[in-house]
Amino acid sequence: MNEILEILSENAKATPSEIAALLGRPEADVAREIRELEDAGVIRKYVTLINWEKLDQSFVFAVLELKVALQRKTGYDAVAERIARFSEVESVRLISGDHDLSITVKGKSMKDIAYFVAERIAPLEGVQSTCTHFILKSYKEHGVILIDKPKPTRLVVTP
Amino acid sequence: MKQSLKNLPAWNADAHLNKTVKAMPPSGIRKFFDLVSEMEGAISLGVGEPDFVTPWHVREACIYSLESGNTHYTSNKGMPELRESICDQVHKDLKLDYDPGEEILITTGVSEAVDLAFRATLNPGDEAVVPEPCYVAYTPDIILAGGVPRTVPTKLADEFRVQPEEIASAITDKTRAMLLSYPNNPTGAIMTRADLEDLADVVVENDLLVISDEVYAKLSYSGSHTSFAQLEGMKERTLILNGLSKSHAMTGWRIGYALGDPALVGAMTKVHQYTMLCAPTMAQVAALEAMEKGDEEMLHMRHEYDLRRRMFVSGLNRIGMNCFEPRGAFYAFPSVQGTGLSSEEFAERLLKEQKVAVVPGNVFGPSGEGFLRCSYATSREELIEALDRMETFLGGL
Repeated sequence: MNEILEILSENAKATPSEIAALLGRPEADVAREIRELEDAGVIRKYVTLINWEKLDQSFVFAVLELKVALQRKTGYDAVAERIARFSEVESVRLISGDHDLSITVKGKSMKDIAYFVAERIAPLEGVQSTCTHFILKSYKEHGVILIDKPKPTRLVVTP
Repeated sequence: MKQSLKNLPAWNADAHLNKTVKAMPPSGIRKFFDLVSEMEGAISLGVGEPDFVTPWHVREACIYSLESGNTHYTSNKGMPELRESICDQVHKDLKLDYDPGEEILITTGVSEAVDLAFRATLNPGDEAVVPEPCYVAYTPDIILAGGVPRTVPTKLADEFRVQPEEIASAITDKTRAMLLSYPNNPTGAIMTRADLEDLADVVVENDLLVISDEVYAKLSYSGSHTSFAQLEGMKERTLILNGLSKSHAMTGWRIGYALGDPALVGAMTKVHQYTMLCAPTMAQVAALEAMEKGDEEMLHMRHEYDLRRRMFVSGLNRIGMNCFEPRGAFYAFPSVQGTGLSSEEFAERLLKEQKVAVVPGNVFGPSGEGFLRCSYATSREELIEALDRMETFLGGL
């Protein structure tokens, strides 16, 4: 795996100079490679993982499973792309199994999401059925455990 | 109560202590430990163990085993499955074959293996050569075994690799064994096959047993580790001591092992069976899981150490702390010789003035004077912060 991407995937804040020190490479090389990865669309965005549940004004998330009618020529892509354009939609994935698309939706309240599904997603041409699962609690996101536990400690000096 | 039991003279526990134990100085690291413990907000580069927690699949396997009631003794030598698994791994890593029945002993950490190795092989007055700076337990263990440690210095000019002339000059007619510990704690030095080959002549000429502590073997950053036992004809006269503490982030589990000639391992097993009986069963179960399925996480941790190593060592050199490239373990060993301070003065002032804890090199032997042991088994953020603070400290000297 590309070592720069490996570092950035763990910490989007890592600067070219920090990455260069970790890899023992010239900073200019690293900066150029990052620019190339951005230009090529490999790096799409630098995001922050937030535990919204820690805040009073939180968001509500739901996972939706959709059954979609396959369309001639475009397959699932046309419907998936239409769904992806809504800003409420966080992710759109084609999945194997009983359903076709799995999408996550973000809203301010359950009602918000329910209306959004009823008004925007369900009526779309090609969408045959929707099944909405509200997320009640998130334990792990993007490889990070969100449950606060005291960190195990080490002795401060050992031989 | 009998009359004679009244008015007892004061109990003097000191008079009941073993003279050898009494004469033994406490580890030089103790004083530093106390200093650092009192300091709030200190960044410690003084920890000789991984900052990673043991991978979850290993912990989970142990929990399941406990739930299943697997709480009994194992064979003195250790669980047969674990011995087989380690021998298989050693075959892959070193191309050496050890019989899981007779040539391996599972110990309670490599520390026990070191102790057993000296106790099983040294007679009173026998000498063992120990290159230093080195881990703090070797010379006390030799003394406790009734032996006499003969330390030989290693030098920065040789990148802390032990030189055959140094070994030769320490040998007397009582020398029976030589200790090797590469990749090295505290220097991070390694010995290549060619370096080890240079030692083989002096070992054979003097009929030495080589006790090779290879606990950092998996943490080698420039090519794979070579064991002295891999050299032509050297397997028989080498005891390999290793364990999972450093490679698999399993320090607290206390699982180590010894590999070698059946007579040597058998003698160690005898002492082990009368003292430890067997390594803790639950820890052996965890070790088996780590041996069988722990490679991916182990490689991940090694990769992370390697990234930090590059960043930290280049950082030390950038701020003006001259540091040779450590190619193993997770220690950097920068010099303080240009500062006019001794290792201890430097370490104490760095702690008090900038709250960064490092271990003065002289704790590991006289030739460690003028150096500091800095462990990079700590987070990148802390390493970067520690470098900043060290730079500030150097600027104020």
